[in-house]
Amino acid sequence: MINLTLEFEKPLIELEKRIQDLREFGVKRGIDLSDEIAILEKKADALRKEIFENLTPWQRIMIARHPKRPTTLEYIDLIFDEFIELHGDRTFRDDGAIVGGIANLAGRPVTVIGTQKGRDTKENIARNFGMPHPEGYRKALRLMKQAEKFRRPIVSFVDVVGAYPGVEAEERGQGLAIACNIAEMAKMATGIIVVITGEGGSGGALAIAVGDKLMMLENAYFSVISPEGCAAILWKDGSRAQEAAEMLKLTAPDLKELGLIDEILPEPQGAAHKDCRAVAGVIREAIIRGIDELSGIPQRRLIERRYARLRRIGEFAVREVPESNLAMVVSGNEDMSAKPDLPDLEEVVEES
Amino acid sequence: MPAFKGIFQGKQKFVTVKAGAVQEEAPQGLWTKCGKCGGILYKKELTENLGLCNDCGFHFRLSARERMAITLDTDGFDEYDEELLTVDPLGFPGYDIKMEGARQTTGLDEAIITGKGSIDGYPVLAGFMDFSFIGASMGSVVGEKVTRLFERAARQRVPVVMFCASGGARMQEGMYSLMQMAKTSAACARLSDTRTLYISVLTNPTTAGVFASFGSLGDIIIAEPGALIGFTGQRVIEETIRQKLPPGFQTAEFALEHGLVDMIVDRRNMRKILGLLLAVHGGRRQDVG
Ligand SMILES: [Zn+2]
Repeated sequence: MINLTLEFEKPLIELEKRIQDLREFGVKRGIDLSDEIAILEKKADALRKEIFENLTPWQRIMIARHPKRPTTLEYIDLIFDEFIELHGDRTFRDDGAIVGGIANLAGRPVTVIGTQKGRDTKENIARNFGMPHPEGYRKALRLMKQAEKFRRPIVSFVDVVGAYPGVEAEERGQGLAIACNIAEMAKMATGIIVVITGEGGSGGALAIAVGDKLMMLENAYFSVISPEGCAAILWKDGSRAQEAAEMLKLTAPDLKELGLIDEILPEPQGAAHKDCRAVAGVIREAIIRGIDELSGIPQRRLIERRYARLRRIGEFAVREVPESNLAMVVSGNEDMSAKPDLPDLEEVVEES
Repeated sequence: MPAFKGIFQGKQKFVTVKAGAVQEEAPQGLWTKCGKCGGILYKKELTENLGLCNDCGFHFRLSARERMAITLDTDGFDEYDEELLTVDPLGFPGYDIKMEGARQTTGLDEAIITGKGSIDGYPVLAGFMDFSFIGASMGSVVGEKVTRLFERAARQRVPVVMFCASGGARMQEGMYSLMQMAKTSAACARLSDTRTLYISVLTNPTTAGVFASFGSLGDIIIAEPGALIGFTGQRVIEETIRQKLPPGFQTAEFALEHGLVDMIVDRRNMRKILGLLLAVHGGRRQDVG
């Protein structure tokens, strides 16, 4: 039996149960307990607020991994007006861990891709727990190329713990498939909107997460390494994942602050699985807004803009070279100025 | 091999091969043990022999400077972007100490050296990763240097030869390092659009984030014999599938068999093969150094 209650929610769940019991008791005995119930409900509201407005990175990860967390297909069903699923990489097989197809969004055709977790054990086995093989990434790339050909924007939903770590995945070129997707997405001649809905697990997530708009649900995470993996490397102790989660700066608010994502999409109190429909509404509205914005940008400029966005990522210092040495170095090197021949991002955005 | 021997012995303009720089597999003293056949090797001889075991041909890991020395012509190397310095963007505990330790033991500022040189007379922009520098993990500086190298190559229309070696992304820089995969791959894709040759050489080991970005994007991908090449670490795979891995899994030979690389090239032939490939792609030879 999967435990659906998260540890940090327990006091709230207990309080909610007490309210429920009291209500039933009142009805049964015909006593008016509304004053008492109102007091407890106020208390529950405050507690809920207290918990969900102060989530630690680890608590967010627990939410992102919650078995009831809405999956890509559930969002697709609620967000798009129609969806025609397409299958296969045309080379090896159809990978159930990646879904994709053509959808209608407020009268506009779009291509949708995403990682797909299962709802129960049976579906999870069929979906390989949402962990793609290379053919899954190649299927996603095939559908994206199709979108480029027919000038449809691409919407990518990301919720993946990581690319599948298996023998066959390596034999078929997991690393190559990821590299190809990243490189191709960087120069795809159509707009790409990425929504990280749950887990953003390293390279396996990045393989479908390069785009023009990077959005994250409030309790999603995106990380270079799993906190467990990080803790195992640092302290040879995977159980210290909570500490690692703090250090990795992997939550939506952290990544917004670091300038690595564009937008945080709010979840209801109690997280996305408490009201999937409401969250789908928020995502839908954000996607429409994003597509509207991107559709005004000429193709060439869109690609330049995406390159400029990636180009500026990274933090480093520049060593000061003594004046005399500097002159020497510059004369010996025709292109010291390594700045890319690109317009500034702000410039581009303003122009568009 | 005699052709290269001279590089170590000849005048050394930029090469500073540190004593005991093959430290990874040779902890102490004048002698070292071969990782494959177990034979005892005299270190000085090993260095003169391109880091190959005399008996079985096992390819020892090379430092970036050693690799430069046996790869490039001796008549000059303009190093690029050596002024870029790593910072600690997340305030990650212990990162500064780790960096300082790596600087001390390797004498490098970061895990890659990039610049312009020539191979058999053909000009190239080259990158040399150094596994002894925090596993040649890719953080902001490594990503930036690789990206700038690709951008320069695109402007100059000069081929790129990249000697890859890496354990993956530099986790201490969090998402900044994951995004270096996207940055370098984007620059690599642009280079490709200019129809400029990019040769990627996968040396032991090339894994994870570097394998899943510019390492795998070469027009031609070469692997060194026996090199570990793969995306996911072997322990993680074993823990997931709860099975022993097949022998030879994730080796260069495995990669060749499964169609993931173009060829395996012995270190003794590397310069020759690179020269031929550069020639075939219209490289204009300058006076050979
Ligand atoms: Zn040997």
